[in-house]
Amino acid sequence: MSSQSQNLAHLCKLAKLSPDEKTLEKISRQFTDIINYIDILSEANTENIAPLYSPVFHESAVREDKAFHRQTPEQILKNAPETDGTYFMVPRIVEGK
Amino acid sequence: MITRTLTEAKQALAKKEISAAELTKACLAHINETEPKLGAFINVYPDEALQRAKELDEKGYNENMPLWGIPVSVKDALATKNMKTTAGSKILENFTPPYSAFAVEQLEKAGAIILGKNNMDEFAMGSTCENSAFKAGSNPWNTDCVAGGSSGGSAISVASCQIFASLGTDTGGSIRQPASLCGCVGLKPTYGRVSRYGLLAYGSSLDQIGPFARTVEDTALMLSVIAGHDERDSTSSPREKEDFTRLFQNPKMDLHNITVGLPKEFFQSNAMDSEVAKRCEQTIEEAKKLGAVIKEISMPHLVYSIASYYIIASAEASSNLARYDGIRYGHRTNQPQDLDELYTMSRTEGFGEEVQRRILLGTYVLSAGYYDAYYKKAAQVRRLIRDDYVSALKECDVLLAPVSPIVAWKKGSVTDPLQMYQMDIFTLSLNLAGLPGLAIPVGMAHNMPVGMQLIGSAFDEAKLLTIGHCLTSHLGTTNQHTF
Repeated sequence: MSSQSQNLAHLCKLAKLSPDEKTLEKISRQFTDIINYIDILSEANTENIAPLYSPVFHESAVREDKAFHRQTPEQILKNAPETDGTYFMVPRIVEGK
Repeated sequence: MITRTLTEAKQALAKKEISAAELTKACLAHINETEPKLGAFINVYPDEALQRAKELDEKGYNENMPLWGIPVSVKDALATKNMKTTAGSKILENFTPPYSAFAVEQLEKAGAIILGKNNMDEFAMGSTCENSAFKAGSNPWNTDCVAGGSSGGSAISVASCQIFASLGTDTGGSIRQPASLCGCVGLKPTYGRVSRYGLLAYGSSLDQIGPFARTVEDTALMLSVIAGHDERDSTSSPREKEDFTRLFQNPKMDLHNITVGLPKEFFQSNAMDSEVAKRCEQTIEEAKKLGAVIKEISMPHLVYSIASYYIIASAEASSNLARYDGIRYGHRTNQPQDLDELYTMSRTEGFGEEVQRRILLGTYVLSAGYYDAYYKKAAQVRRLIRDDYVSALKECDVLLAPVSPIVAWKKGSVTDPLQMYQMDIFTLSLNLAGLPGLAIPVGMAHNMPVGMQLIGSAFDEAKLLTIGHCLTSHLGTTNQHTF
């Protein structure tokens, strides 16, 4: 496994993804090309330029913080892969009884 | 009737020349016939649509509902209550949202009949509509070619007269590019013009919902319906709702006193096909003949737009798509040993390769040690790109630019991701700037449609629609074809 693939394996762990080895090798090669390409940004002079994270054109709106019912628990649980009717069910996390 | 424009169909409904049920049936029959070769829909809801049409007919025509009885469709990235919403992904194959997106609510309030959910590249990541987990969409002009993407299904549906208008989303060109490749009109509104409530997020600072239609006038009607403030999306603009259809009561039919800017960096691109370039030149000539002042301008930072965009979009995607974890909704792997395996295997089985690639790229550019070099740097360059647009639009009313460097290409012919990203060279920068862009058909090259985009200042959609209407009226429409 190349060092790029090792780095990618670490990223996969962070992103909770586990592509098979063949896919990982392929993505790894493409990754090198993409990273080389985006390095073009280092040419741009950004001294004293504030980052623009959102293009929003207005001040953030505020609204009253009040409780409301948008959906019932039944509606929310309807799409759950596993439920007991009240909770989302997941595999046991804590060992023991 | 199905090949008419939305405005014409609306008049026919008002005059009771046809009922909502008859119109819906005609569209459904056409969908049935064309769908096997087009792949525009992930799910169609004929029974529900006919039931809704029947209810509308029983209540009678209502002139206060601007889309009364009009069959439309919606990209599968927008939440629809009681209709599956997959975002083109296996991870959401069986997801039926408990609520509808704001834009969908507006369509329904206006009396539209939603026939189904349009095919798309998975989570809007792609430029061809080949990247859907369910099936590839095909270009109605030549089914061996791509439809464009990611809102490919919406463009196919509108261009092939399956419905009268559709909603798509544009994060880096996903409305304008498929509209151009399929020969219809597509509008990416200003960031904040349409609430993103209920849009399955990809790049939250880039995503915007917008309409597809066969004419600029129909596009204006759709925008009037879906725009407006919504307190459930803090980035939705507090502006009053506007009626853009007023522009067409006595439309301006020349371009006197209009300065059209041509960003030279777009036109000098090596990627540009010579036939596409010719159609663009003819369009510029037409604008001149109509009285426009043409001005060449320079936007020196456009060269960085692909790099800046893919860093920002991937970073936002990696964060947004973290919510798909197999716990509350969406695909869950079988028999996981522990929680970690549940997360990892559910995501690996559910997401396609391009989605995984972008999540990983986003994870990389946001990771410790790289954040400043990539994400922050890309955001700084983003400001420079926006400043380029703002300066250009101080000198010009609108900018005119190509949408895609080439016409729709053969399916399967572009497989390298970087090469594919470069197809979006003319569309990405507008999303970084948050400005509106209207794609209009301008003619044919290699027997396929060519589109150009009009770009305006923030919330200047009225000007884009006015100029777009004038230009398309003189150029003639591309979508005269019946598929």
